[in-house]
Amino acid sequence: MSILVGNDTRLLVQGITGREGAFHTRQCVAYGTKVVAGVTPGKGGTELDGIPVFDTVAAAVAKTGANASMVFVPPPFAADAILEGIDARLPLVVCITEGIPVLDMVRARAALDRSVDETGRPRTRLIGPNCPGIITPGQCKIGIMPGAIHKPGRVGLISRSGTLTYEAVYQMTELGIGQSTCIGIGGDPISGLAFIDLLELFESDAGTDAIIMIGEIGGGAEEAAAAFVQERVRKPVVAFVAGQTAPPGRRMGHAGAIIAGGKGTAKDKMAALAAAGIDVVASPAEMGAAMKRRLTA
Amino acid sequence: MKLHEFQAKALLARAGVPVPRGEAVDTAAAVAEALGRLGGPAVVKAQIHAGGRGKGTVSDAKSGAPIVLPGESRPMGGVRVVDSAEKGRAFAEKLLGGVLTTIQTGAGGRIVRKILVEEALEIERELYAGILVDRGLRRIVVMASAEGGMEIEAVAAERPEAILKEFVDPALGLRPYAARRLAYGLGLTAEPASRLATLLTSLYKAFEQTDASLVEINPLVITKDGRALALDAKMTIDDNALHRHADLKELRDLGEEDPLEVEASKFGLNYIKLNGTVGCMVNGAGLAMATMDIIKLAGGEPANFLDVGGGASKEQVANAFRILLSDPSVRAVLINIFGGIMRCDIVAEGVVAAAREVGVTVPIVVRLEGTNVEQGREILAKSGLAVIVARGMGDAAERVVAAAAGKAA
Repeated sequence: MSILVGNDTRLLVQGITGREGAFHTRQCVAYGTKVVAGVTPGKGGTELDGIPVFDTVAAAVAKTGANASMVFVPPPFAADAILEGIDARLPLVVCITEGIPVLDMVRARAALDRSVDETGRPRTRLIGPNCPGIITPGQCKIGIMPGAIHKPGRVGLISRSGTLTYEAVYQMTELGIGQSTCIGIGGDPISGLAFIDLLELFESDAGTDAIIMIGEIGGGAEEAAAAFVQERVRKPVVAFVAGQTAPPGRRMGHAGAIIAGGKGTAKDKMAALAAAGIDVVASPAEMGAAMKRRLTA
Repeated sequence: MKLHEFQAKALLARAGVPVPRGEAVDTAAAVAEALGRLGGPAVVKAQIHAGGRGKGTVSDAKSGAPIVLPGESRPMGGVRVVDSAEKGRAFAEKLLGGVLTTIQTGAGGRIVRKILVEEALEIERELYAGILVDRGLRRIVVMASAEGGMEIEAVAAERPEAILKEFVDPALGLRPYAARRLAYGLGLTAEPASRLATLLTSLYKAFEQTDASLVEINPLVITKDGRALALDAKMTIDDNALHRHADLKELRDLGEEDPLEVEASKFGLNYIKLNGTVGCMVNGAGLAMATMDIIKLAGGEPANFLDVGGGASKEQVANAFRILLSDPSVRAVLINIFGGIMRCDIVAEGVVAAAREVGVTVPIVVRLEGTNVEQGREILAKSGLAVIVARGMGDAAERVVAAAAGKAA
């Protein structure tokens, strides 16, 4: 078991013919992901390693039955690519692109929130942008994470970071702890799925026993997650928050990682998470060990 | 990207926001001329990328001594109302080239290179207006408050109800009725309310057109003759959107930025100078922050934040390493790379190339993990560099902090 992606995922890649897009498509295929289509406007009718390329997402979905998309489109055009995925009613869009203008994402997010089915549920789930993607080890990898460090298992991972996520996965795998699904939700101020959306999915996933979440400075997503865990999550949660030493007012690499007006400090986030009964580790070297302790306690 | 007040006002005026008549100049003579053209009392304002200029202190750049004008007892600040061209010139002569320190600049202050000269207005009320992106609600929010001239963060903390907010549907923009709701909400009536509402819709237009991430008008004034104007302006443009604003890109003032950060930005590196002694080079922003954190936990202080990115080239790594080492306070360096997209052998080659180029005099601790890690370690081992190889982040942090303190690692 897992969440969002698995053996049934049929992936299309937006921006498949670009350098990054082609490289990571091949990496995903090598991992075992079923990549059924690519989209690059103007390249319709061509192929990449036998994967058919279409001009539009709608055409790709109609022809191949794709049910998820990975976006590798350059920043000026990436929000439009997300909108095209929403318009085609793809159940899952994963946007890897870093550097999308914030106001583009404000508009894309509004369109995402408006696209609901008859029962009022969102038709499309967005992961990212500015994220490593999502992986269900042994089944499906959508994104740029190194597949080899993962191990199938029963811990769910949610993170705002990329390489720090690999660090956490690596520590767990070294300790023999496998993962059900790992999701990088991205480092931008406006994005798709948040901690709380994924905590909810993991809480009801029979294949997940525990959850590790990796936050960072900026915004209030960790505080919201703390409140949600307190109220709705019974599974053990371990957390780390990056940026305990970050100066206020400076963007720490990620567009969303900034302490603004005294808000969004690691200290406040760690306190909120701890108050919700979450096992908060101060050292990033302790993420795997803390999970091990929770699982064997 | 931060803008100066005079740059922000020019952009706002272009979108229809009323601003005081004024000129931005960079010599004392030009200040006097501008005052002559404006006539009457005027305001002379230092232009730096920080607030609190009026209450700040100007010091001599060489001696560091606070500047006191003849006939006065207290050191001068960065803003002053003058009633003659001569007084304006005398103030400007001391201001230009002086170091202005405010609550927002940090102890080092900023050198004043530009001055804005503006007509003085007869003010009836001081208000506040601001626009930014609310991350939680994922909407642009337009804020207004009757508490103009105050530190808005303090108002938000003490009396949040004093700040009125309108959340904007990006497909609709700020509608006139919503702008009126803010104006009437502040207790304005009749003509001034209508003027303020118009100003707010223009302000929203400016925000959207320039891909701003923040616009703040504090104070926004209502004059005795019932006009609404932006008396001050603070504006930040979204760096990610500069590709579609060639004209705005020109407004970047490198003089306001740390020289090492400017150098790093040329190579697409994310570098932020900090005050510690342990330099660090990491791939990925989250891991870079976490590396700073673990250095601190091990008893050290990070000298910088440096993210070389997910897929940096050998040249980028070499440049990153060179920039890192040009900070004289660095006593030891920690390289922490988790190779996913980035290959460890590429990192190692970059480090060796840069070390040969600049000559390394401080201890280097390297922690490599991930793709091609064995090749990477081998390149470092064979390089002849005195590199300490660490296993895991905890071990790496302890070794580098010991090395920075001058102890054997």
